[in-house]
Amino acid sequence: MTITLNAAPLICLRGVRKSFGTFEVLRGIDMDIRKGEVVAIVGPSGSGKSTILRTINGLTPINEGTIQVGDIEVSDPKLDQVKLRHRVGMVFQQYNLFPHKTVLENVAMAPIQVLRQPRRLVEERARKLLADMRLPDKASSYPGELSGGQQQRVAIARALCMEPEVILFDEVTAALDPEMVKEVLSAVRKVAEDGMTCILVTHEMGFAREAADHVYFTDKGVIVEHAPPADFFTKASDPRTKEFLSKVL
Amino acid sequence: MNQSNLLAQILEWMPFVLQGFVLNILMSVLAIAIGTTVGTFLGFGQISPNILIGAPAKLATQLFRNAPWLVLLFYCIFLMPYQVNIGGVMIQLPSWLRATIGFSFPVAANFSEIVRGSVNSVPRGQWEAAEALGYSRRATLFRIILPQCVTRMVPPWMNLYALLLTATPLSMIVGVEEALGRTQAAVQAQSDSRVLIPMYLALLAMFFLYTWPINRLSLMLERRFRTK
Amino acid sequence: MITNIQTFFQDLASSGINLTIFYDAFDFDRFITGLGNTLLLILVSAFLSIVIGAGCAAILTLSNGFAAAIVRGYIALFRNTPLIVQMYFFYFAIGSIMPVGRNELGLPQPLISSFSWAVLSLSLYSGAFNTETFRAGIGAVHNSYEEAALALGYGKRQAFFSVTAPLALRFSFASLANNLVDLTKATTVAYAVGVAELLYVSNQIWSDSLNTIEMMNVMLVIYLVLTGAVVFIINRVEAAMRLPGFGLGDGQ
Repeated sequence: MTITLNAAPLICLRGVRKSFGTFEVLRGIDMDIRKGEVVAIVGPSGSGKSTILRTINGLTPINEGTIQVGDIEVSDPKLDQVKLRHRVGMVFQQYNLFPHKTVLENVAMAPIQVLRQPRRLVEERARKLLADMRLPDKASSYPGELSGGQQQRVAIARALCMEPEVILFDEVTAALDPEMVKEVLSAVRKVAEDGMTCILVTHEMGFAREAADHVYFTDKGVIVEHAPPADFFTKASDPRTKEFLSKVL
Repeated sequence: MNQSNLLAQILEWMPFVLQGFVLNILMSVLAIAIGTTVGTFLGFGQISPNILIGAPAKLATQLFRNAPWLVLLFYCIFLMPYQVNIGGVMIQLPSWLRATIGFSFPVAANFSEIVRGSVNSVPRGQWEAAEALGYSRRATLFRIILPQCVTRMVPPWMNLYALLLTATPLSMIVGVEEALGRTQAAVQAQSDSRVLIPMYLALLAMFFLYTWPINRLSLMLERRFRTK
Repeated sequence: MITNIQTFFQDLASSGINLTIFYDAFDFDRFITGLGNTLLLILVSAFLSIVIGAGCAAILTLSNGFAAAIVRGYIALFRNTPLIVQMYFFYFAIGSIMPVGRNELGLPQPLISSFSWAVLSLSLYSGAFNTETFRAGIGAVHNSYEEAALALGYGKRQAFFSVTAPLALRFSFASLANNLVDLTKATTVAYAVGVAELLYVSNQIWSDSLNTIEMMNVMLVIYLVLTGAVVFIINRVEAAMRLPGFGLGDGQ
């Protein structure tokens, strides 16, 4: 987890605002995430954490502000979606694996169909990723035959197979039974340790504390404060942060 | 003959065709009334725990649901008597009335399925809760279950009526002088092939203007019930 | 063997149940022709109506513009007017302005046969219902699947065809079976434009042999078998395409 502090940020959000109807979910978000950094976003439900993630890969278009991923301007109307999503992978709370495709097809289909990479190469990579996720014998199973924890690890392999520069993890353990949370968190930790830039929205404070380089706290659509975990969990200054931490710790 | 002449010819025939359409509506109203009544009993029969009631009700429902309307229509037209003797009074059964009875069979079967489907859509827990409170099966059905599903039966019932109305011109095949039969007669009398397209379009429009609002309303009601 | 069957039905005829189709070669041939035409009507119209339904459902999902408006108009028109009037409109009205060819004897002969008009009409009618079926199937697929595909760089169209459509198909079978049963029953309407299908030939046979009740019962049994077969086939296809952990009730 070495961070080149002086390098330009890989991802940069400035004054991002988003409304759903009359409800303003994001009210001016600024963030900088450097290459190789692991960032955790925490906060009460409905504070806009997941929306921040979804604006970064363009799933949720924003109303105001700018989002920069490398040299890509996400809110550019002429945005090349394929190029953006090649660089930004995403893992969902509900896994969202494709139930009509086998595990191997789930992992390999997007690089083959979207990036037009040769099948043999992609499948080789996919098998290696499945082995990394400790699922080497599940390649020909269907997602419905796996446990929640296994499905989520396939979803992580699917995101990795696109060889992105950053992966967004959206509450990836929230839908899991308690005994499966650990296996998924250790898979996420492995991804982070291998140098992948990660942005995690999470309720697992223990995990955020030990795995993240930086923690952002959001409440009611704004970033209240952000700090390295050691400072964040011990020396939070804002009363809203203190109140939140007193509830979850 | 010029265009306005053609239009005049078509308009001249419209009252004649519209009178036929009134017969389509009359047949559909009678058949939905008979079909709904019979279908209600068939539907209750289908959900009866008594196999002596349940099995025949299911059989009749499946039979009349899967038989083509036109085949059932032929049965009624050819096999029903032209007149029946009820208590010494001879009642004539003209072909339109026999056709109406023919339409009532599939309507009854379809409504029977609507009843069964909507009763089954009420969660099992409702029956158990009522049983736990000491309600009999019959009381549960009439006091707890049916009040919940009557509104849900209205949209499919309206769709069934629309389907029935659009089936009534089949009776033209067995000689009933409804709107399609009269349109046929009109275009033959005209012996001008240019009236064919506008005459049939007018007939399609007649059915569309009557049926479309019914199906729209049914869709609106369905959406409203679903969100509740 | 065959003579035995013939003798049996001839004996049966003398006892009052006259099934000419089982001992009279002419009636048998007519009957088989009618049955064949009915099967052909069902197969061809079912295929075309599924193609129409799938295409129109795709247009409704992927486009908001002109094409979708046309499809909505088509559905409204064909669902709210009688099939028999549609068939008459095509056969008599549109048929009257179609080019006429000559047969081998030099007599005028329409280029489009009544069978073709019946297929066209049945396909368009059933296609309108299938469109709604597939559209409902698409609506039943949770949009998180499409979202996952978009996040992997799929375009809207590509996500629809690779992910949403295959899953939607699996939600559509029950309603599709219903539509195809209705289509099977509706093939009898082709009688009205003179297609020699089952009802038409049965009518000819009972007019000649005066065995109305027998023929009607035979016909009814055949239609019940046909509709049963349609349901059976769709159920088999559905079972073969069933996915572990994915089905009605868990669109998630």
